[in-house]
Amino acid sequence: MAFLDIEHLEKSFGPMKVVKDFNLGIEKGEFISLLGPSGCGKTTVLRMVAGFETPSTGAIRIDGADMVGLRPNRRKIGMVFQAYALFPNLTVAQNVGFGLKIAGVNRTDADARVAEMLALIGLSDLGPRYPFQLSGGQQQRVALARALAPRPQVLLLDEPLSALDAKIRVSLRTEIREIQQRLGITTIFVTHDQEEALSISDRIVVMHQGIADQVGSPYEIYNRPSTRFVANFVGTLNVIEAEVTDPAKGHVRIAGAAADLGRALPSGKVSLAVRPEMISLGIHPGRETVLDGTITDVHFLGSVIRLKADIGAAVLAFDTFNATDAPPPKAGARVQLSLSAKDLLLLQD
Amino acid sequence: MTRIGAWIALAFGLGYFALPLIGMTEFSLKMRRGVYSFDAYAKVLADPRFQETFGYSVFMALMTIAFGVLLVVPTAYWVRLKLPRARPFVEFVTLLPLVIPAIVIVFGYIRMFNTSSFLPLTGTATGTNLLLMFGYATLSLPYMYRAVDTGLRTIDVATLTEAAQSLGAGWTVIIARVILPNVLVAVLSGAFVTFAIVMGEFTMAALLNRPAFGPYMQLLGANRAYEPAALAVIAFAITWACMGLIQLVTRFSKHTKAAR
Ligand SMILES: Nc1ncnc2c1ncn2[C@@H]1O[C@H](COP(=O)(O)OP(=O)(O)O)[C@@H](O)[C@H]1O
Ligand SMILES: [Mg+2]
Repeated sequence: MAFLDIEHLEKSFGPMKVVKDFNLGIEKGEFISLLGPSGCGKTTVLRMVAGFETPSTGAIRIDGADMVGLRPNRRKIGMVFQAYALFPNLTVAQNVGFGLKIAGVNRTDADARVAEMLALIGLSDLGPRYPFQLSGGQQQRVALARALAPRPQVLLLDEPLSALDAKIRVSLRTEIREIQQRLGITTIFVTHDQEEALSISDRIVVMHQGIADQVGSPYEIYNRPSTRFVANFVGTLNVIEAEVTDPAKGHVRIAGAAADLGRALPSGKVSLAVRPEMISLGIHPGRETVLDGTITDVHFLGSVIRLKADIGAAVLAFDTFNATDAPPPKAGARVQLSLSAKDLLLLQD
Repeated sequence: MTRIGAWIALAFGLGYFALPLIGMTEFSLKMRRGVYSFDAYAKVLADPRFQETFGYSVFMALMTIAFGVLLVVPTAYWVRLKLPRARPFVEFVTLLPLVIPAIVIVFGYIRMFNTSSFLPLTGTATGTNLLLMFGYATLSLPYMYRAVDTGLRTIDVATLTEAAQSLGAGWTVIIARVILPNVLVAVLSGAFVTFAIVMGEFTMAALLNRPAFGPYMQLLGANRAYEPAALAVIAFAITWACMGLIQLVTRFSKHTKAAR
């Protein structure tokens, strides 16, 4: 049994079922992201773990102890909100010490813990300030310190970076991950930003309309998406409709070129997906499927150049690296693209 | 042209309010023949009945404020947090004291809690004081509730509550340490209005036969010449001091607490 166990969790608001048969086991010290578009039920799952919503059915256990029915203030869960939610009437140090005071920690120990937490978030000098005197990024770090100070069993973060500037968002997410690893605290991080989830998670739960579509490491989620939704939501993906020529052997035709998927397929048409970085410009050994196309778009991104080519059946995005001796093709140029059948993902609906 | 009209209107308005006040103040200073003096004030302040009733009303005002805060802050908080759809209804209920005359309320009290009722509050002085405090709280409810509710609008009640809960706080701690401090300015302005209302209230105190400041002013007014004028000026000063304090705390708050 995992440290945090969620079994058959469901939640309805009136007639609307917002979370459907949600199952997840989280190991101690693991960093899990709930990733999905707005309205898919991420916050609702998190709020049920925190105790702010009561599940319609299902179980939530932390370290074997049943949480359902336990009031939120008894669950020993740290929570960080998108809107920071610092107490405006308290200083930074008092905010961080709030949970300790309630737990009845004596003054000396509490002061030491507050100092330790402020050092952890790199704001040791700001203890006497009030929240309104801090920047958004500083406030959110204080909120993190406040949540961690009473040593919760689990840390929950609901889109903690969404209200911040792009630059701070990136640096703070790294910081959150470092602090999480240093403390080894079990964490659930809610986000709608796939890059955020991919960059800092041990495992990602991709949610879609109240269902956990796929659970896996960032590598698995990115390279082996199990549903069409996951494939589309995480990263950039080319989807190609292919005609199955031999269902038993797994032969298909893509825009006139043959590819051997090497596994049984349904007859008729299938949707195949391929990441931009798995398509090469020109013919390469080991990339046996060759497609003819016309360049429609060239985006110079720096080290990588993102190109688009029309192959008739679809427009494919693909990447090449920047090289001083080989300028990228121009729009309108006729090109050959090659890819390997093993990089083609079969999408289920 | 319109500007001159506005000035005339303003001067007329100011005169309308200020002249009686000036006249009254001037009159209150004329007790000693031929010279201005504070004789009337000295007399009023030296009157043991003044000290008694004034002290009584201050005490009642403080009790009313305490009771009102304990009643209104948790109620307004709870309505905002859990029953947002009931807000218009609750607001309507809190406005009722403005349309129901105090005399109706106090007669209702006397009928309900007289010595032959199930709860004979009017039988003892303490019971009657309690009743009077409830009456005062009712009269100040529209102001107190509005002030607190406006104060609650400036903070994110739901998220702050959840943040406090996740840190282990129960309801009492949340209200006392998170909600109340953040609406303190609003509570104070409600408290000053309550204070002014209680200090001047006549009907309830008179009908319940309590030694309050309002009935004393009335009694003095019926029997003396200069002292009532002095008393009226004192009463005005109290009310204005309350208004000034409301302004002061409101301004003071803008420095300590700006929303992020
Ligand atoms: N208290 C509530 N009452 C009714 N519907 C709600 C409530 N909370 C959330 N919902 C609905 O549940 C769905 C999922 O919401 P939420 O969990 O907040 O999604 P996410 O966090 O993934 O954006 C949304 O359609 C939302 O409108
Ligand atoms: Mg959400």
